[in-house]
Amino acid sequence: MPYNRSTFHSPFSIREKFYNLDYTLLFSILLLGIISIFAQFSSSGGVFDYYSKSHTIRFFIFFLLFFAISFTQIRFWNDSSIFIYLILLLLLIMVKFYGIQSQGSKRWINLIVFNFQPSELMKIGIILFLSNYYHRISSGDVNKLKYILIPLLALLAPCILVFTQPDLGTAVLILLSGVVIAWLAGIRWKIFAYLSVAFITLVPIGISFLKPYQKSRILTFLDPDSDPLGAGYQIIQSKIAIGSAGLFGKGFLNGSQAYLNFLPEKHTDFIFTLYSEEFGFIGSIFIVFLYSLITYRIIRIGTITRSIFGKLYCYGFANAFFIYVTVNMGMVLGLLPIVGAPLPILSYGGSSLLAIMFGLGIVMSCNIYKNNTIS
Amino acid sequence: MFGFQSSNIVSKTKTISRRMFFLNSCKAVILFVIFGRLASLQINKSKKYKTLADKNRFRETKFASPRGVIEDYFGNDIASNEKVYQLHIIPENVLNINELFLKLKNLINLSDKKILLLKKRIAKQKSWDTIVISDNLRWPEFSRVNLFLHELQGIQPVVSIARVYRDSASVHVIGYVSEISQNDLKTKKYLANLNVPNIAIGKTGLESTLDEKMLGSPGFYRYEVNAYGKKIRQVANNKGLKGKTFRTTLDQNIQMFAAKLIENISAAVCVMDIYNGDIVSMVSSPVFNPNSFVHGIDKKEWEGILNDKDHPMINKAISGLYPPGSTIKILTALSVLENDVVSPKFVVECKGYIDFYGEKYHCWKKKGHGVIGMRRAIKQSCDIYFYEVARRLGIDKLALTAKKFGLGQKVLTRFKEEKSGVVPDTKWKLSEKGKNWYLGETLHSGIGQGYFLTTPLQLCLMTAQLANGGFKIKPRIVIDDNDKANSLQKFLDYRKANPKDINSIDEQISNFNLKPLFKNQENINFIKEAMFASSNEAGGTSYGSRYNDKQFMFAGKTGSSQIKKFTEEQREAGVKQQDVTYMDRDHALFVAFAPVQDPKYAISVLVEHGGSGSSVAAPIAKQLIKRVIERHEIRIIQTNHSGQNV
Repeated sequence: MPYNRSTFHSPFSIREKFYNLDYTLLFSILLLGIISIFAQFSSSGGVFDYYSKSHTIRFFIFFLLFFAISFTQIRFWNDSSIFIYLILLLLLIMVKFYGIQSQGSKRWINLIVFNFQPSELMKIGIILFLSNYYHRISSGDVNKLKYILIPLLALLAPCILVFTQPDLGTAVLILLSGVVIAWLAGIRWKIFAYLSVAFITLVPIGISFLKPYQKSRILTFLDPDSDPLGAGYQIIQSKIAIGSAGLFGKGFLNGSQAYLNFLPEKHTDFIFTLYSEEFGFIGSIFIVFLYSLITYRIIRIGTITRSIFGKLYCYGFANAFFIYVTVNMGMVLGLLPIVGAPLPILSYGGSSLLAIMFGLGIVMSCNIYKNNTIS
Repeated sequence: MFGFQSSNIVSKTKTISRRMFFLNSCKAVILFVIFGRLASLQINKSKKYKTLADKNRFRETKFASPRGVIEDYFGNDIASNEKVYQLHIIPENVLNINELFLKLKNLINLSDKKILLLKKRIAKQKSWDTIVISDNLRWPEFSRVNLFLHELQGIQPVVSIARVYRDSASVHVIGYVSEISQNDLKTKKYLANLNVPNIAIGKTGLESTLDEKMLGSPGFYRYEVNAYGKKIRQVANNKGLKGKTFRTTLDQNIQMFAAKLIENISAAVCVMDIYNGDIVSMVSSPVFNPNSFVHGIDKKEWEGILNDKDHPMINKAISGLYPPGSTIKILTALSVLENDVVSPKFVVECKGYIDFYGEKYHCWKKKGHGVIGMRRAIKQSCDIYFYEVARRLGIDKLALTAKKFGLGQKVLTRFKEEKSGVVPDTKWKLSEKGKNWYLGETLHSGIGQGYFLTTPLQLCLMTAQLANGGFKIKPRIVIDDNDKANSLQKFLDYRKANPKDINSIDEQISNFNLKPLFKNQENINFIKEAMFASSNEAGGTSYGSRYNDKQFMFAGKTGSSQIKKFTEEQREAGVKQQDVTYMDRDHALFVAFAPVQDPKYAISVLVEHGGSGSSVAAPIAKQLIKRVIERHEIRIIQTNHSGQNV
């Protein structure tokens, strides 16, 4: 094992930090960011309006933040995991009381300077917390009851808080991200089976918390043509937009479905549809490739990182990132119900973009400090 | 401590890596699914979704193209199109709808009821969709609106075209157009994909049967619309195809003359070219104004038409069914001769009545005709003579002859409202009435009463086919470019040019592909001669209406179709037709051909509840025949000019 200074926890110089960046990952993110700016520009009807402007500004601010996070020692992120998690949990509880009501759900909290959606960041918070938790306990304790209960509680608390906002999509994504890390850490199949049975018996209770529109979304997914002008409208119009693009698409700013407003939520959840309508199969495959490349680079960093925290975090984040992408694409392609999940980086939305860039920053930090075992 | 730590890390790493490998395999599968879905949507089903996307973004506003014109034989318009002035409104552009209607009320004729209806319609529609306030403004109204247009924001004056009928004489043949109804959409297949709002379509007559071709194909404006249906821009427009123009065999001049003749009575006349079957005139009365229907008939006028006892909407020439009365006697006589039942020399004694099996049958002439032969029986229309020969002939043979000459079946193919009538025989009665035939019914049938029902056009065709020497003709009213050459005229021309052709007449006939309706043409000639006597010899039933001028001289047969049989008491009292109530009076009939020397036209006249054929129907025929023959020359010129087959 070659000795370098990180072994002895000494900080790198700025130059060394730049040297240690994963440039494939960096440029993939940057490319995706630039594509997202064009997509938002097109989504605004070819005008540089409020949406496209604020998205651009946010992306570059968060991109700088990404560097700041990357250049911070991985040990710091490991040590502050619990703290970050607790702050986010507190914010989620505050949303319950002081949240901003919008379209029948309370998801936002006013932080004076900007409105903020804690549930989006909790997606990263839960990964941080569980990676840190399984980093600390020994491999033999993973399947002991006491060591199962703590992560279970830590996972369920934000899930329930988010689910009752109500925000089914984000709650499911948080749950999935957490479960994947627990499983990676070595929890037995049997325990998952028991918990799944318990979960399924609780589903009917959960459904009673669902708003009528959420119930109808699930029903509509099962048969979109049953209600072509209601909830099924979104899926049908999205499929029409994507299908009508053909191999090469209709060209930049020429997507009739988006331009003539047939496409719903084109800034946020359906941004991929808008992009796909303009750039066709070739363009869509390129985006899928770009997301796959990012996922692959994150996994690769997880593999070369020596700390368990870093491994669990990178793998966990890679899986979560992949899930966000595929859930969103599955949704707009009519493979999954419309649950309200943004596409990482491409979709409009500050909290979601912040969460992703923050998460990626920590991944990059793992890469820079890959030889740090955080004992 | 360090060893434990490192072994802990190693075991954890092992588990993590193993499980991550599994998850990565799952990712590959998921990626493959997304790839497949994209390929399926964007490559396999791309065409389907492209169509759907176009369906989303394009809206077409269709408009009717000019309707095909109906012309008479000389190319004069019977039904054509005229400019109409319309007022449209786009609610989106209106500042205050109530104020606008108030202003409009001062400028044009607009009832409060109509305003209420329009407001309701505006509330239902998208605010940018056009609504028609009035589709037929008079010019003064239209110009007034144009003058104040700057105060009427949202109003659009539009010049369009609509159907117009020059006069009402041909209304029953031509029919009328009116706004499309739900029922039309259900019953007429060709309208299913038309999608032109408020289009006027043919409802009756030729307007109905030629509707599909006369509509042409509608034009359209294609707009791109957004998800809310608002028009963004016009993408394309198409003028559509003008409807087909049809020429008919009718003579507008004769139509108007005939309509004038029967103006105030309930009647029908038909005039037919006896060689090619061209219907020169077909008029039914009373008429109605077809223009009233084009822009929506008002309730009062519609109720007036519906409640008229003379049924103005019915084309009596083809849809009115009447017993043929004595006009059938020419067929009874022909049938008797053709079947060799008796010779023309056969005589019967008419005492004014006859007893058959205990029942009394009357002649119209109370005193009787005395001893009478066939020629005089036709000339004077003796009922007793025809009772006797019909009895000897039998109903089935009579029915055969009647059907051969066109009774009991539709004459034209173009009219859905045409009726086929009834030629009764023993089989018909058994199947329709479920009873056996009585001999008494044969006697009634022999003089055209009983179950017999005919249309005036059928009687005209019957007469035409006798007048042309007994050859079958195919009547027509619409000139079709594909009509075959008329072989009957060619045959007659050939006979004139080659009077000494050594081939037998039968051979010649078959050379010209003619269908003779006789066994022996002598019989036909005998009937024609008897009809001549009826009209031109003293004592004939229509002698009073004769022409002495050979140019117009005609041969005819009168008839009265009985509505109510006279009782014995009425007979004794000598009650006349004029004395009974209108609805119980007989229908007056007259059939004829002219000119006698060289027959060219056949005519039938029916006057509902007119009384006797000789006093009411024949005088009308007399005047009409003169006009028809006067216009023969000009018709021939037109025929040669247009190259149509005579």
